[in-house]
Amino acid sequence: MPIEIPVDKWPGTVNTVTLGATAADGGTRSKVVTIGGERSLPFMHFENETPHPPVIALEMTAARPGDWSQVLLDAWGDVVDDPARWAGACEEAGADLILLMFGLNDADGNPVTPDFAVGTVKAVLQATGLPLVVLGPGQAEVDNEILVPVADATKGERLVLGLCEDANYRTIVASAMANGHLVLGRTPMDVNLAKQLNILMTDMGLPLDRIVMDPTTGALGYGIEYGYSVMERLRLAALQGDAMTQLPMLVNPGYEAWRTKESKVGEGVPDTWGDWAARGTHWETLTAVSLIEAGADVVVLRHPDSVTRVREAIDELMTLETA
Amino acid sequence: MALSGIQIYKMLPQTNCKECGFPTCLAFAMKLAAKQVELDDCPYVTEESKQQLAESAAPPIRLITLKARDHEVAVGNEVVLFRHEKKFFNRPGVLIRVVDTAEEAAITEKVAAASAYSVDYVGLDLRLDGFVIEAASGDPAAFATAVGAVRASSGLPVVLKSDDPAVIEAGLKVLEGEKPLLLGANSGNWEAMADLAKQGETALGVMGGTLEELAELTEKIQATGVEDMVLYPTASAMGASLAMQTQIRRLALKNFRPLGYPTIAFAGDGGNPARESTLAAHAICKYAGFVVVDTFAPELIYPILVLRENIYTDPQKPIQVLPAVYEINDPKPGDPVLVTTNFSITYFSVANEVEGSGLSAWLLVTDAEGMSVLTAWAAGKFDAESIAKAVKEFGIADKLEKHVIVLPGHTAVLSGELEEELPDWEVKVGPREAVDLPGYMKTVLT
Ligand code: B12
Ligand code: SF4
Repeated sequence: MPIEIPVDKWPGTVNTVTLGATAADGGTRSKVVTIGGERSLPFMHFENETPHPPVIALEMTAARPGDWSQVLLDAWGDVVDDPARWAGACEEAGADLILLMFGLNDADGNPVTPDFAVGTVKAVLQATGLPLVVLGPGQAEVDNEILVPVADATKGERLVLGLCEDANYRTIVASAMANGHLVLGRTPMDVNLAKQLNILMTDMGLPLDRIVMDPTTGALGYGIEYGYSVMERLRLAALQGDAMTQLPMLVNPGYEAWRTKESKVGEGVPDTWGDWAARGTHWETLTAVSLIEAGADVVVLRHPDSVTRVREAIDELMTLETA
Repeated sequence: MALSGIQIYKMLPQTNCKECGFPTCLAFAMKLAAKQVELDDCPYVTEESKQQLAESAAPPIRLITLKARDHEVAVGNEVVLFRHEKKFFNRPGVLIRVVDTAEEAAITEKVAAASAYSVDYVGLDLRLDGFVIEAASGDPAAFATAVGAVRASSGLPVVLKSDDPAVIEAGLKVLEGEKPLLLGANSGNWEAMADLAKQGETALGVMGGTLEELAELTEKIQATGVEDMVLYPTASAMGASLAMQTQIRRLALKNFRPLGYPTIAFAGDGGNPARESTLAAHAICKYAGFVVVDTFAPELIYPILVLRENIYTDPQKPIQVLPAVYEINDPKPGDPVLVTTNFSITYFSVANEVEGSGLSAWLLVTDAEGMSVLTAWAAGKFDAESIAKAVKEFGIADKLEKHVIVLPGHTAVLSGELEEELPDWEVKVGPREAVDLPGYMKTVLT
């Protein structure tokens, strides 16, 4: 019986965005990462090819993380005290890119300074050839104080700088534009808020192919269903041709999953939760894979084992062949 | 093909007698087209119309129920591709696979543990739905023994998996009075399998590597009188399975009957817990009706069951608890009041934390329309005024000697205003995360 397979013909295409620049393009990266370009819902290869697979970022912090799960600290060992070595370890673990996160303090517990920020970013760039996302602590004043000098000091690298939020995007967008960088815009799980922020940022003259959007998600068990559906809706809008939703999406299942009690706490929890370390990694992996099914272009992870698993899932999803 | 409201109207008596509960036959027809009412609600439809309408009234994906002594699991009946369009209705059954070549004692142990497994998630009791018993032995007697071992240690529904009708028949005999799923029929054995399904009045699983293969089989089997079927698309690699599952769902929603059945996916084929976890997530998100896992390990099963719960919640209705004062560990008049919102996840993260620590408290849950603390605060549904209102409404002050109220750390900004609203109270700001509450209560509050 011949069956006519229903095929969606979409008018829209997700923007193609390249993260990082090699020497030929004015940077120092040995690899660049290109995302986006989808013309179909995730992995519908029978409709259109998926030009770029989703990629995996590993998150690391500029100063030893104070609130990470012991499971993660055990997995990484003492590299967490040295950003350069940590970056190298991320590359070895199989990341496509690195997300470097600044907190409010430096390694000695003093408030972060522009010097500390620039020094750390340079050390990381030296230690790895992967593209880099650099995020401030999320307080407007501090973000601006450290991200502007970082942007200046790394001109041409096509870093991704963030977070741009509706209350604080101008300075970051301006310094990204001046130095050939990209930005990450984040909005709290809402299609219209995401569009609005993208309009505001492009109104400043930032080209769309230099923006990645983080529509925000929740962890498994803590609101993933909201993030999942907002991503599906954003992607459908993009394919239907709405330019302000045609940005590749980055989400952070690592951060979300590893701050849940299930991943953070090993003692005094029900036996029915099972082994702590395995549970934490499953928590992260299941969150990440679900979000990839919903259209994520970049997933940010924290545990090296999750990278292996999510990579395997992406590789499988990228082909119609049967194993 | 689905009929429009107008087409359906033409087949109704058009007398507008209102017995169906609608003012006109047309109104009823519209509801029928939207699948919101049952045809039987109109007592006057002719037999002829009934037959014509039955096809169009049937859900695009047939509801399949497996039954055993202690449990029933129903899957199918889905009407959308994306959960935000309406919602996903019937949670996929999560099943554990056992193989008949394993030692009987090993089967018994695994099945008993999996069958008894129950985990609390925001007040919901999450459990597994049953077992797949796979005949690797090829021997009817060995298979019957394995089925017997499963049945002796669990009352949950089962799937019998073999392509040899003689083996299936042997297993089926052990399951008197139940509704298992027989898996399955293929192009070589379908007639014998269909016979078994008919005799046992059970559902039949149909295997195929392509949509054409599946559709051809279901049509032939349906012609023999078997109605309840489950599709087993055998492409197990994620990309291929996503394509098949999506195409099946899309075609079913277009009322292509030969594929209008729920599906089964074997995450257990992943071969190890790490891969099983990703395959299971994939199957839950993208349309499987049953998800089969090989490894029974709580650290794997718990997140799988939670993901299923999340994806299948109604997007229009966050799971909520009733606004009230909840007494945790038998609080005394000297114990503190902790305030939070009525979003289930929020309530349970706080309540479980305090309960587990053995400390006592009055947990004041405000009506924040089912939103988390920060979401409700950002939406203006959790502020000093609404907290003060809840304090008064639930008359909590009368139960107390010491009037201490603790705010969630994330909403520290509310403390000044709350002091104004509640002048007789001492307002404190707690930690940001519930995990840190017991420590805070022990050090700061005593
Ligand atoms: C899921 C979510 C939503 C869902 C709603 C889910 C729900 N039912 O509440 C949706 C998509 C609808 C939503 C909407 C909005 N959201 Co929202 N959302 C989230 C998200 C991702 C997770 C929230 C969550 O479920 N957390 C889990 C629960 C358990 O956390 P919790 O309630 O805070 O409880 C914890 C602690 O507070 C503590 N705790 C709780 N009670 C108590 C009590 C005491 C005494 C103590 C000590 C501790 C304590 O324990 C818990 C566990 O540690 C967060 C971002 C994030 N990742 O956190 C944004 C977030 C909360 N949302 C935000 C915003 C702005 C909004 C909107 C206003 C935006 C919009 N889209 O228009 C709307 C508002 C809603 C509206 N107008 O209808 C912002 C708030 C920013 C701010 N600081 O003000 C956040 C932080 C995102 C961000 N980074 O910008 N959101
Ligand atoms: S009960 Fe039947 S005949 Fe009467 S109004 Fe309803 S649809 Fe029409």
